[in-house]
Amino acid sequence: MSAGTPRALASSGQKPIQDIRHPLSAEESALSRSPDVLHPGGAGERDLILPNGTPVDTSSPTSSSSLLNRLQLDDDLDGETRDLFVTVEDPKKHVSTMETYITYRVCTKTTRTEFDLPEYSLRRRYQDFDWLRNKLEESQPTHLIPPLPEKFVMKGVVDRFSEEFVETRRKALDKFLKRVADHPVLSFNEHFNAFLSAKDLNKRQGLALLTKMGESVKYVTGGYKVRARPVEFAAMGDYLDLFTQKLGTIDRIAQRIIKEQSEFLMELREYGPVYSSWSSFEEDLHDPLEGVSGCVSNCSSALEELTEDMSEDFLPVLREYVLYIESMKNVLKKRDQVQAEYETKLEAVVFREDKKTSVPADVEKCQDRVECFNADLKADWDRWENNKRQDFRQLLTGMSDKNIQYYEKCLAAWESLIPLLQDKQEAKGETN
Amino acid sequence: MRERERDAEQGDARNRTSLLKKMEISVAEAEKRTGKNAVNMQETYTVYLIETRPVDAASEGTNPVPDSLWRRYSEFEQLRNYLLVTYPFLVVPPLPEKRAEFVWHKLSADNMDPDFVERRRVGLENFLLRVASHPDLSTDKIFYSFLTEENGWKETVFETGFQAKADSRLKALNATFRVKNPDKRFAEMKHYGDELQSVISQLLRVRARAADRLYGVYKVHGNYGRVFSEWSAIEKEMGDGLQSAGHHMDAYAASVDDILEEEEHYADQLKEYLFYADALRAVCRKHELTQYELEMAAQDLTSKKQQREELATGTIRTFSLKGMTSKLFGQETPEQREAKLKMLETQIEEGEELVKERNGECEEFVKSAWVDIERFKEQKDHDLREALISYAIMQISMCKKGIQVWNNAKECFSKM
Repeated sequence: MSAGTPRALASSGQKPIQDIRHPLSAEESALSRSPDVLHPGGAGERDLILPNGTPVDTSSPTSSSSLLNRLQLDDDLDGETRDLFVTVEDPKKHVSTMETYITYRVCTKTTRTEFDLPEYSLRRRYQDFDWLRNKLEESQPTHLIPPLPEKFVMKGVVDRFSEEFVETRRKALDKFLKRVADHPVLSFNEHFNAFLSAKDLNKRQGLALLTKMGESVKYVTGGYKVRARPVEFAAMGDYLDLFTQKLGTIDRIAQRIIKEQSEFLMELREYGPVYSSWSSFEEDLHDPLEGVSGCVSNCSSALEELTEDMSEDFLPVLREYVLYIESMKNVLKKRDQVQAEYETKLEAVVFREDKKTSVPADVEKCQDRVECFNADLKADWDRWENNKRQDFRQLLTGMSDKNIQYYEKCLAAWESLIPLLQDKQEAKGETN
Repeated sequence: MRERERDAEQGDARNRTSLLKKMEISVAEAEKRTGKNAVNMQETYTVYLIETRPVDAASEGTNPVPDSLWRRYSEFEQLRNYLLVTYPFLVVPPLPEKRAEFVWHKLSADNMDPDFVERRRVGLENFLLRVASHPDLSTDKIFYSFLTEENGWKETVFETGFQAKADSRLKALNATFRVKNPDKRFAEMKHYGDELQSVISQLLRVRARAADRLYGVYKVHGNYGRVFSEWSAIEKEMGDGLQSAGHHMDAYAASVDDILEEEEHYADQLKEYLFYADALRAVCRKHELTQYELEMAAQDLTSKKQQREELATGTIRTFSLKGMTSKLFGQETPEQREAKLKMLETQIEEGEELVKERNGECEEFVKSAWVDIERFKEQKDHDLREALISYAIMQISMCKKGIQVWNNAKECFSKM
């Protein structure tokens, strides 16, 4: 995939900055209300608590003003003014007494002040990427986190250390980091920073946190039924369901084509040599027949390349999107839960006290959560749609290109054969 | 086919007298007929329309209606069998295959299938043109009446007694015998015929399998057309690009039918030479048979001469039952010996005549056959080279179409 093509930082759709409902803008008004009793401890100016109990990553970069600045920057940014570049490269095998595994070099170049140095280069293994993604999901549950390539591979079926598998994985990991780096909120996540810069990832702390969080999530997700899912989120859900179906179909078709092409290739590999053995007992026809044999052989190689490319570049991207969609549906479910909690609490309050004019703080907090979640999700959705469009445009034009290259190689082979085939004839014509 | 006519005429000086100079021949149409066969049962069969027209008439600009008559495949077979026994020293052009072989799955193996009938029509025309452009075959009267006499041809050809000769010829060709002094050139030619047959069979088999696979590759792409269409329905900006790309995928899938139909023509050209190889082998076998018969006659003559010598000198050099019995049961009388000697003399005379005759036949055969084999070699090299060129052109056309379709699809995708 394209390590060099700079992708414009995805902004929140085509709307002007003023119309974008910033996730934290709702929080501004919330501050004027009574303090949140459930607040576990002031981590900053923000009181934003999420359903699972964790405070939103509220270190300085997420203060409203700097975020707004950054959003403005988003809209102005094209490839040249991006300030964070990451790549995943150079896979290497490590053999130890306990295990064998692959590490990848993660290179970072940045002008951001959140980083101590302008450049980093360190090695990470899949486990580390997995850790990062989990941390991102926990700490930014209202955002769509890009997917990782599949974790588990059947030991007997796939060779985890084959060049093709490792390269496919590297590309997917590279894409993952780039998507995070391009995200206006996720790229400022402290875990992401640590991933890119810290010598050792203190993962144990993460694990402990996970358990506590796991409990809270369990507490929340259950028992609440959403009343009226807003139209746009319902549409998202429906779209994702249909889209997954289509991707599945395309995956099956692509696999079928690869299979048919492989079988065609097998026949070609038998076909070409027959011309060669024919040429061995011909005189005049020796060169033409050898020529045809060579041509068929060239076409076979070209076809082999096409099939390999499709397996390595096309299918993995499709599958990645299916995973992406899975995680997006989960985020949508969470959003539903947050909304459901709010609706239930609101209902209870209204039902209880019809005379009271002020809404209790916890219900307000719920409302804020809902609005915040909706805004984050909406912004990410638009970004995702844009990326999806670019990704699929690239994927499908790439597929077309590969096919064009295949035919061009074959064309060149056959065209160069014509003069060889006609050669003797002209010579004969002259002697006649 | 017309090109081959022209080329054949240009290439061979002896074609000056070929029939094609005087007459245009074509197999214009094919029709289904039903009728009662030899055992009085209803059968359906196909007849082919042979049209002939004098060459001069067309060039004068009057363009008269051609003469025509209908023939069925079995009559072509009879003609060919007649030619085979009448000209055993010639490589007789083959007929298109009786039954469809080397078919890939989409192609019908049914003799009534219209595509098969059409390809057969072309093959039969090709056969007639080949015969008509051959320096020796084109002058045959039976061939001429096959083209011009609708009724009565059957009787005429049967009167030649070719059927019986055809049966004994087959038997002889399949018999096993060993020639003591095989002509090296013919032995090599027979070997070449064997190898050519084997390699072309293999080629046709693999090609048919490859055609099947190629068909699959193209057709599955049609599924992209459908899914892109469905997908475009749930997209906003991406929809149009996807939809039109889908149409190109459908076009791509559909294009394989024409591609493979054209390739079938190439397969037919190869098949002709597959069967030609058989005709070549037959000539070589016939030569072997002629040689063998000469050797047998010579051998017989030698043994008779030896017997005469023994009888004359009284020495028995070779073992013979007569010799043994005469030893056991006593010598013969001088009268008996005289009679025997006289008989042997006559036999030796006859034997010498026979050997002379057979020798002459052999020499004649070798001379004529070798001329035709040389002619055949040149024709084969020319035709197969042409076939390979047109095959390469087919592949080029297929590649260009592929590039075009994918470029079109790419354009649509880039507008997504």
